[in-house]
Amino acid sequence: MSTMTDALNTYRGGPDEHGHFGLFGGRFVAETLMPLILDLEQAYTDAKADPAFQAELDALNAHYSGRPSPLYFAERLTDHFGGAKIYFKRDELNHTGSHKINNCLGQIQLAKRMGKTRIIAETGAGQHGVAVATVAARFGLPCEIYMGATDIERQKPNVFRMRLLGAKVNPVTSGSGTLKDAMNDALRDWVANVHDTFYIIGTVAGPHPYPAMVRDFQSVIGTETRAQMMEREGRLPDTLVACIGGGSNAMGLFHPFLDDRSVAIYGVEAGGHGIDVPNGHAASMTGGEPGVLHGNRTYLLQDDDGQILEGHSISAGLDYPGVGPEHSWLKDTGRVTYVAVTDKEALEAFQLCTKLEGIIPALEPSHALAHVQKLAPELPKDNLLVMNMCGRGDKDIFAVAEHLSMEM
Amino acid sequence: MTRIDETFDRLKAEGRSGLVTFITAGDPDYETSLSLLKGLPGAGADIVELGMPFSDPMADGPAIQASSLRALKAGQTMRKTLAMVREFRAENQTTPVVLMGYYNPIYVYGVDSFVADASEAGADGLIIVDMPPEEDEELRPAAAEKGLNFIRLATPTTDGKRLPAVLANTSGFVYYVSIAGITGTAAPDISSVGAHVARIKAHTDLPIAVGFGVKTPEQVRDLAALAEGVVVGSALVSSIASTLDENGQATAETEPKLLRLVEYLTEPLHQRAEASAV
Repeated sequence: MSTMTDALNTYRGGPDEHGHFGLFGGRFVAETLMPLILDLEQAYTDAKADPAFQAELDALNAHYSGRPSPLYFAERLTDHFGGAKIYFKRDELNHTGSHKINNCLGQIQLAKRMGKTRIIAETGAGQHGVAVATVAARFGLPCEIYMGATDIERQKPNVFRMRLLGAKVNPVTSGSGTLKDAMNDALRDWVANVHDTFYIIGTVAGPHPYPAMVRDFQSVIGTETRAQMMEREGRLPDTLVACIGGGSNAMGLFHPFLDDRSVAIYGVEAGGHGIDVPNGHAASMTGGEPGVLHGNRTYLLQDDDGQILEGHSISAGLDYPGVGPEHSWLKDTGRVTYVAVTDKEALEAFQLCTKLEGIIPALEPSHALAHVQKLAPELPKDNLLVMNMCGRGDKDIFAVAEHLSMEM
Repeated sequence: MTRIDETFDRLKAEGRSGLVTFITAGDPDYETSLSLLKGLPGAGADIVELGMPFSDPMADGPAIQASSLRALKAGQTMRKTLAMVREFRAENQTTPVVLMGYYNPIYVYGVDSFVADASEAGADGLIIVDMPPEEDEELRPAAAEKGLNFIRLATPTTDGKRLPAVLANTSGFVYYVSIAGITGTAAPDISSVGAHVARIKAHTDLPIAVGFGVKTPEQVRDLAALAEGVVVGSALVSSIASTLDENGQATAETEPKLLRLVEYLTEPLHQRAEASAV
């Protein structure tokens, strides 16, 4: 690994033809699924080479989702922190309220191309589930969403939205009833319905080609940011910050900048009750070890026997014991710095952003903002910092009220 | 010649197919599970598959998921699973033990230590569900070096293009997954299994064992007419589950009920052998 890292002249060349990012990634799936993911890889390769595919996706992004999302100068937070000049990439303004739609529009186009007639997906916070249910409604395909019973309880508004959109929401009670268990059950559904079903994975994880494919669909975030920053400031940003659960919003922002060595990049994991609290966080890279789960090798929360831990985060969207394999590789190569912030720090950032900017962030990007709060005061005033505001906080108001002991 | 090869040779000489039984190591606790394992050959199991419990068994249905979680809750670890094989092997030198599971616990244990310890304990083969041919280079050669058969899975979706790759480097036997699905759910369609098994046999001389969804002696009889082995798993772990008390502990019924079920499922195999001997 290290010799390869030293010799790297690009960080944007992965994965290799087998879906590996160095040690990470791959296709660790049951034989039943292998022919499918090989088909999917071929279909995606063909689609990428077809200008009509990209043109259709661009049109949907523009007219259905509302892209490009604004690059907003957060003036009051900048003044408050007294350091770097803070911009938000406003992906929470997309249709359905998060970055998840970017990926779903791409994958549903691919499902149509492949002639698949049924859509399944997993969801944690429900943002991905809502985005999948939305595109399934828009393209007239039946859709089933797997969601942990615990998450259904803490994300009721999103469950209702999915049902309104016509999706069937299947509660998952196996394991801990959260995102990893939902992903297990979605994989089980897929194995049993391989002939007609397309599985829209919501993050840059899973077997190859998902990590690369989801990254490509999300890279619209970073590509827009580059152009918008050039227009606003006449140069590239100096610092990028994004939250990481599976890591799709972060990969989308980071990837177009990976070879710009002047850009410092930070991924912020969910530190829960604290990195030192056993099984009390969801920071796979900051507090986990490499392992194999859900089709890829990556950093995982696990015990000494290789059993996967449940993890904890106040944010259902970050409460996943793994992370996309490309992030694991970027961590080991040192190109991206990964840190963790606690539930408490994220809640404080949530309130600060709401009060100073009039933007109610989701709890996920509140983690990113909590790290901005640590970074920005130490940086010079001409340091251009972009934080991905990847989701809006409407879904989280019930959880926040409970944590702050406020009456609704 | 591994114990697996010898077993299939013996079955061929007897003119019958074999029963391959699956239970999860440590379900519902170490001692009970060891006792069940020791009892299986006497009840008619020709090969025993021992599940290495994993927290996230993605290719398994509810019955085997639950058995895996019961074992983990009772404190089962990879070290204990290998200890169980060692204790079994001290008493039984002929029945092959195939360790079946997912890669992560092996990866974390360390591939070289694992194949050395598994071989030393007396295991004969490995089935790693989430290691398709594309990814098994980091385990299969190390296992082969220690004399462990590496048994690959072929499924209804394994098309003609993939089949040679799946069969290359497979040893011991080929495990044909009878349904596109997870363990213990849909029943296999016998005519479709027949066509697939015939297709595999055109490419290999290895014995074939068919599993997933096998619950009744009738199914065992029908599949035994097509393949050298029939695998039963979910039905057995469901039997174990049905005898546990409200705290999930084994009862006096756990062992006799499981062994009676295995005897019952084995009956058609021996009737066939007698018929062909006449």
